[in-house]
Amino acid sequence: MKVNGAEHPAPADPRRLLSDHLRHDLGLTGTHVGCEHGVCGCCTVLLDGAPIRSCLMLAVQAEGHEVTTVEGLARDDEALHPVQQAFHECHALQCGFCTPGFVMSVVGLLAQHSKPSAQEIDEGIAGNLCRCTGYASIRRAVDRAVELSKS
Amino acid sequence: MLAGGQSLVPLLNFRLARPAQLVDINRVEGLDRIYQRDGGIAVQALARQAEVEDSQLVSRLCPLLTAATRLVAHRVIRNRGTVCGSLAHADPASELPAVLLALGGHVIARSVRGERLIAAEQLFKGVFETTLAPDELLVEAWFPETVDSFAILEESRRHGDFALAGVVRAGANLALFGVAPTPVLADRQDPTAGLQPTGDLEATPEFRLHLIRVLTEKAFAA
Repeated sequence: MKVNGAEHPAPADPRRLLSDHLRHDLGLTGTHVGCEHGVCGCCTVLLDGAPIRSCLMLAVQAEGHEVTTVEGLARDDEALHPVQQAFHECHALQCGFCTPGFVMSVVGLLAQHSKPSAQEIDEGIAGNLCRCTGYASIRRAVDRAVELSKS
Repeated sequence: MLAGGQSLVPLLNFRLARPAQLVDINRVEGLDRIYQRDGGIAVQALARQAEVEDSQLVSRLCPLLTAATRLVAHRVIRNRGTVCGSLAHADPASELPAVLLALGGHVIARSVRGERLIAAEQLFKGVFETTLAPDELLVEAWFPETVDSFAILEESRRHGDFALAGVVRAGANLALFGVAPTPVLADRQDPTAGLQPTGDLEATPEFRLHLIRVLTEKAFAA
């Protein structure tokens, strides 16, 4: 399986969830694990470009596919990804626990709708829970990310 | 049997399901088509809900199915979840089983003994229970073409949550979900007849019956 552009061997244990594999075997702890049953959205990653819950997939199922985690959006020496930059500018996070999941969901949302309507934004982030911000600044960040993606 | 895994993997994570063997069908070829047959739409076992949601063919021939998939959880879940998986899982509060029932569709089950067709009315047996045999795979669901007089309406606390109660209208047919162990067909004149829904923290039985009456009226007014 390819993770953030690099080839990795399959996990030894077929029971391993993709979320646990990313965190414990590959050390990619940017993917957070909240509820572990698909409700909170913290563990959202891209599978072949589309956002999915990494806690609802076995790691062995990602074999032959391309996984992108929040670490894969911008390299250390590069500018932030437009969605990350927008979250930063709009204060779309407080504690930050949910943020990687939100960022990956919004990356997926903008891939599907390059200029999402207010309703599409609401539906696009409805699968992610944030207990700090109240969502208003997150919605603003999505609008800002659209602007940044254009430039 | 693992396809989308959006219901089964949570059960595994909670250790509520502890199967001795798990068969992942994701690499089986020729099981992911959405195609037209016999005056309707056939959706195979590996077709994701998001693919059905985006399918022009589905929105042209069976826009009720398009509308229903949009109510299933969230897009991120629908990117993995499958229509056939929702039917086989048979959650009494889920939309797609009620859609199949209202439309009078069917599924095709395959095993070493061959294939058999199961009509929607024969498929749902109880809470999370179908008439599929343990060795049968639900390989395809078929929804008849319906372009007029349809509606799916539900009430939930938040977008993407399981519905407290919901109704599906397809022509003169009415199916209800969230108010019985399986989706049920009902009479639009008296939609709550014989229903004994359960109550929980989110809704009392009386409130669920109220929702059914109001949603039915709206579905047939549309």
